[in-house]
Amino acid sequence: MSTLTSNYLAPTGREEAWRFTPLARTGGLLDSAVALESVNSIELRTSLAGVNLSVKTASDLPAISISEDSATIRARDFISEVTHIEIAKDANLSEPIILERRGLNGKPQASRTLITLGVNSHATLILVNTGNAILADEIEFDLASGSNLTFVSLQEWDSKAIHLGRQHAVVGKDATFNSIVVTVGGSLVRLLPTVDYSGPGSSADLQGLYFATDGQHLEHRLFVNHNVPNAKSRVNYKGALAGDKAHTVWIGDVYIRANAEGTDTYELNRNLLLSDGARADSVPNLEIETGEIVGAGHASTTGRFDDEQLFYLSSRGIPAELARRLVIRGFFAEIIGKIKSEEIENRLMDRIDSELAKVGA
Amino acid sequence: MSTLEIKGLQVAVATENGFTDILRGVDLTIKSGETHAIMGPNGSGKSTLAYSIAGHPKYTITGGSVTLDGVDVLAMSVDERAKAGLFLAMQYPVEVPGVSVTNFLRTAATAIRGEAPKVRTWVGEVKEAMAALNMDSNFAERSVNEGFSGGEKKRHEILQLELLKPKIAILDETDSGLDVDALRIVSEGVNRVKANSDLGIMLITHYTRILRYIKPDFVHVFAAGKIVEEGGPELADKLEEKGYAEYTTA
Ligand SMILES: Nc1ncnc2c1ncn2[C@@H]1O[C@H](COP(=O)(O)OP(=O)(O)O)[C@@H](O)[C@H]1O
Ligand SMILES: [Mg+2]
Repeated sequence: MSTLTSNYLAPTGREEAWRFTPLARTGGLLDSAVALESVNSIELRTSLAGVNLSVKTASDLPAISISEDSATIRARDFISEVTHIEIAKDANLSEPIILERRGLNGKPQASRTLITLGVNSHATLILVNTGNAILADEIEFDLASGSNLTFVSLQEWDSKAIHLGRQHAVVGKDATFNSIVVTVGGSLVRLLPTVDYSGPGSSADLQGLYFATDGQHLEHRLFVNHNVPNAKSRVNYKGALAGDKAHTVWIGDVYIRANAEGTDTYELNRNLLLSDGARADSVPNLEIETGEIVGAGHASTTGRFDDEQLFYLSSRGIPAELARRLVIRGFFAEIIGKIKSEEIENRLMDRIDSELAKVGA
Repeated sequence: MSTLEIKGLQVAVATENGFTDILRGVDLTIKSGETHAIMGPNGSGKSTLAYSIAGHPKYTITGGSVTLDGVDVLAMSVDERAKAGLFLAMQYPVEVPGVSVTNFLRTAATAIRGEAPKVRTWVGEVKEAMAALNMDSNFAERSVNEGFSGGEKKRHEILQLELLKPKIAILDETDSGLDVDALRIVSEGVNRVKANSDLGIMLITHYTRILRYIKPDFVHVFAAGKIVEEGGPELADKLEEKGYAEYTTA
């Protein structure tokens, strides 16, 4: 299926969706002259009852959503096989399921995965992204009614990696989608966590953490589409930046459609600038087509390190460097604490410490 | 036996229009076991004195000296001052989101004592100190000062005083924002530490109210950046009656 499509138009950088992204650093993923290799890149670390992973021909498992994202549209043209992860109806998996990447070779590749949760099933999936990659990646989540998914994606890529990704959830009646996105690695990471609802009483909680150092471009563009009544959404992304030309972008689009009465939504983005030369763009955007809602709000702050906190801790004998680490760990604690895996929590805290040490912040 | 000696201390802060002098030559000596009340109107520079001794970066020392047992305090970093035995209970304790009280206290105690306290005895020590200050044990899991009421913040400061056992403590308006019961509990905490450790105290206050619970040996009146009158406890009674008018209009 690796044929180049004729109707794909590469972004120019003037589009709203691409205006922050350094297109020259996207590794050919958006270049109409470059063919992408289809790869089934996600595997289970261990097999578990109630979880089934299979590989299907792309035409047998079409995408469940329309994407307006150029990277995804292009990737779909090259995808020959899709990875399908199914959580059985009524399955209640208390242990997190670890997903790892395989087959990534540092050349332009495309990967598509569908994760299906059966009626009333409960599961936590943790996707660990490591190594080098130039990857256009799409993961869709189909949550049947009453299901509950916590999906953690850890971008712990090597420093040269390029990752353009879409993570789209369709949340069924009374279902709950919890997303935790942690981006610390990679040269350029651009992720689109997006949510549609397919039934009332549903809820989405999107949490994120990013830490950009020298030269990294980490971009998260969220879109929550309140297209059913009585659904709830929460967005909370926190970022830290340190070092020269560290750049983060956070876009939070929330649409409340005319039929979405009883919507309850709040989104928040907070950025901590740890040094000069770093830049955090933060654009919350709320569009409301009905007044019959429970609540809608957003907030965005970008600030420098709070010297008063540093002074307070130091005045209790805590050396400045340790005090800084405590404050930054504290800043991220509410997000990391939600992952509910001590192993990953410790690993991320250590990673944050070493990022700080790297930039001497 | 420790001595904190402040001599001719002059301090300025940077403002939009250059430096503004706040402290204009402060002389004060505090020894172990002594309680010195510093009383003065709002804006007279009491907090500036406290912060300057603790090493807050906002304040620039333009003259004078501060020594603890002869060692130059002003040359020390903020954490070194605490390790040397100085403690500042702040007028406005700072919120540190995401850092639990437990973690904070243990990290501070480890830094001050030079080694991590033994887990078994430490847990008991913290529990006991919290109980004595009427603090609910769920405080331990909360973020430092975050969402604490004014009174809770002050108790938390005195909790640290009990656990960190400094040589000299500066209490900056520890009484402000406390109701009568909280004032009594906090004062008893200070008195307990003093009884157990021969603590020297600089008790900064605007009102005489706290002096009913913590008895000063010396009272210093502070106005326009320096000490303008000194005496024994009877000076506080005079201030109670007449206020600060005679010092501020002069
Ligand atoms: N950072 C600052 N910038 C400008 N002026 C300051 C600053 N800090 C304190 N001051 C001024 O210094 C004076 C003394 O303040 P402070 O020490 O807080 O007094 P007190 O504690 O006695 O009420 C006040 O006039 C105050 O406005
Ligand atoms: Mg004051």
